[in-house]
Amino acid sequence: MNREITYAQAILEATVQCMESDPSVYIIGLGVPDPKGIFGTTIGLKEKFGDKRVLDMPVAENGMTGIAIGSALVGMRPIMTHQRVDFMLLSLDQIINNAAKWHYMFGGKMKVPLTIRLLVGRGWGQGPQHSQSLQALFAHIPGLKVVMPTTPYDAKGLLISAVEDDNPVIYIEHRWLHGVFGPVPEEEYTVPIGNARIMREGKDVSIVSASHMTLDALKAANLLSGQGIEAELIDLRTIRPLDEKTILDSVKKTGRLLVVDGAWKSFGVSSEIMAMVSEKAFGFLKGPPRRIAFPDIPTPTSFALANHYYPRPYDIINESRAMLGLPLLTEKQMGIENQGHLDVPDSSFTGPF
Amino acid sequence: MIDIELKKKMYFEMLRIRMIEEAIAERYHEQEMRCPVHLCIGQEAIAVGVCANLSKEDHVMSNHRSHGHYLAKGGDLKAMLAEIYGKETGCSYGKGGSMHLVDLSVNFTGATPIVGGSIPVAVGLAFGTALKDKKYITAVFFGDAATEEGVFSESLNFASLKKLPVVFVCENNFYSVYSPLSVRQPPERNNVSIAKAYGVAGETGDGNDVLDVYERTERAINHIKQGLGPYYLQFDTYRWREHCGPNYDNNLGYRTEDEFNFWQNRCPIKYFEKSLINEGILEGSELEKMARRVREEIEEAFEFAKKSPFPDPESLFSGVYA
Repeated sequence: MNREITYAQAILEATVQCMESDPSVYIIGLGVPDPKGIFGTTIGLKEKFGDKRVLDMPVAENGMTGIAIGSALVGMRPIMTHQRVDFMLLSLDQIINNAAKWHYMFGGKMKVPLTIRLLVGRGWGQGPQHSQSLQALFAHIPGLKVVMPTTPYDAKGLLISAVEDDNPVIYIEHRWLHGVFGPVPEEEYTVPIGNARIMREGKDVSIVSASHMTLDALKAANLLSGQGIEAELIDLRTIRPLDEKTILDSVKKTGRLLVVDGAWKSFGVSSEIMAMVSEKAFGFLKGPPRRIAFPDIPTPTSFALANHYYPRPYDIINESRAMLGLPLLTEKQMGIENQGHLDVPDSSFTGPF
Repeated sequence: MIDIELKKKMYFEMLRIRMIEEAIAERYHEQEMRCPVHLCIGQEAIAVGVCANLSKEDHVMSNHRSHGHYLAKGGDLKAMLAEIYGKETGCSYGKGGSMHLVDLSVNFTGATPIVGGSIPVAVGLAFGTALKDKKYITAVFFGDAATEEGVFSESLNFASLKKLPVVFVCENNFYSVYSPLSVRQPPERNNVSIAKAYGVAGETGDGNDVLDVYERTERAINHIKQGLGPYYLQFDTYRWREHCGPNYDNNLGYRTEDEFNFWQNRCPIKYFEKSLINEGILEGSELEKMARRVREEIEEAFEFAKKSPFPDPESLFSGVYA
């Protein structure tokens, strides 16, 4: 368990192991066998498994999704990749009308074991059509499962679970996570779909987040701890089906809920979690639940604007403090001033993708 | 040469589909079949002529107007009617209705009513089957409007790229609901040329002549079996009744009485019947026997559907996830 690899390597390793243990698994997507290999997540697969199971594809997202669905109906287990969530919106017809409903509308006679890997993310001028985060859109659809791993460990375990699942699973990976290192066992293992993870225990406020926002939330929680506030951080890992129990148990303990969602605020994952907690644990709340999310506007391109678009650990800290009735702090007081631009994960990132 | 027994069988299949569709139309007003029905009366020859070329293992997918395709592939009549009646014994346990027929025992792998939506899925069946090194044909039925959808072109492209064993069958009945071809496609447009541009061989035929449909499909399948890739077939035909529902709707004025009469005079069943009688293959008494046999089957199937229980309300929640 001491070996550390990146999130991208964890995805690659999961794919290799799935393909080794089940000959019906194949991977298809624009650029899968190309030299860049989907941010390094598919490098070497073609050499290992051949071009019959590792496929590039025509730029025809809707048709190709239908084709993947059809192949799943006769027993294949396709992994389909899209380098941006924005590109695959053309395939919503096949995903929502067919993949999500096929099992139900034919009385359970057929199943669609299809994994769709979607890249989301931000920065370096990706702008309005290259950096949307649409987890809520998919999570709204009965019949789909939606996962958003944060750590390399979960990236591997959840991808294997997704491929082994008999349902269509939307697997959302934030591209800023691809380079993040973490401990990952070499053997094949699964992380169950539908289970959140408590990243950090605490008694004062429950912070619920997912994917890259969990890293910001973790940073905030650690800083809050230095201010005498112990936040409990829940990393959702799966958006649908939502692990209600873990969230409710935490809120019942802390009495405070802060949802941090890397997506638009209205009608989103944060709305759903706040509604669910209000319905099921209202009496435990010491104050109104709060949320931090993206403003309801398209993503701007200029980094001068992006700096004001994305929330930062500073916001999570002050929102938590406000919930506890504590005075707000400046970044300087938090010791996190001059953190750089919000359009790069760190200074090593120099674009262009 | 198509042998006599096959000709008789195809006649019987067409007659059976016609009589079943008419029986649905007759009973529709009873308000017990509470889902949209898209009857294929007038278009039977295409379903029968294509499916007569297919084995049980070959796959068929269809669209909203799927009753004929389902029946021609050998789909169970009782399960189809029970599905339309919303019963537990329906082929999709009441979850699908007329627009979501399925019978996996004969590889009728499903019908869906999003225009063009089942075309790529059918190509995927062929792709998945090929990945498993199996050699089955997949036939997919769609209407003229589906050729306007992006997935039609996307599917032709990929099927050709991978030389997949797919027969694309376009039933051109000239209307998408009330919108004629003339407002949807330029007169210069030629779908066979479009298919050929993707490297897919194709031809057009007379969708009201079952022998013509049969022979062109046979050619398509031979082409596929030689490893030459998919095939596009387009058959002109005509829907007699309204787009959706049991009635005639010429009174609406979206098509002329002359046009309707032209096509009704070219009824695929009457046309074939006449030639079978002229050739001495069938005689009146045999025709009557066939009709009686179908009538009995229909009565029995409707009784089954009507008497079947509705699904348990608990089943509402089952089958969302596998």
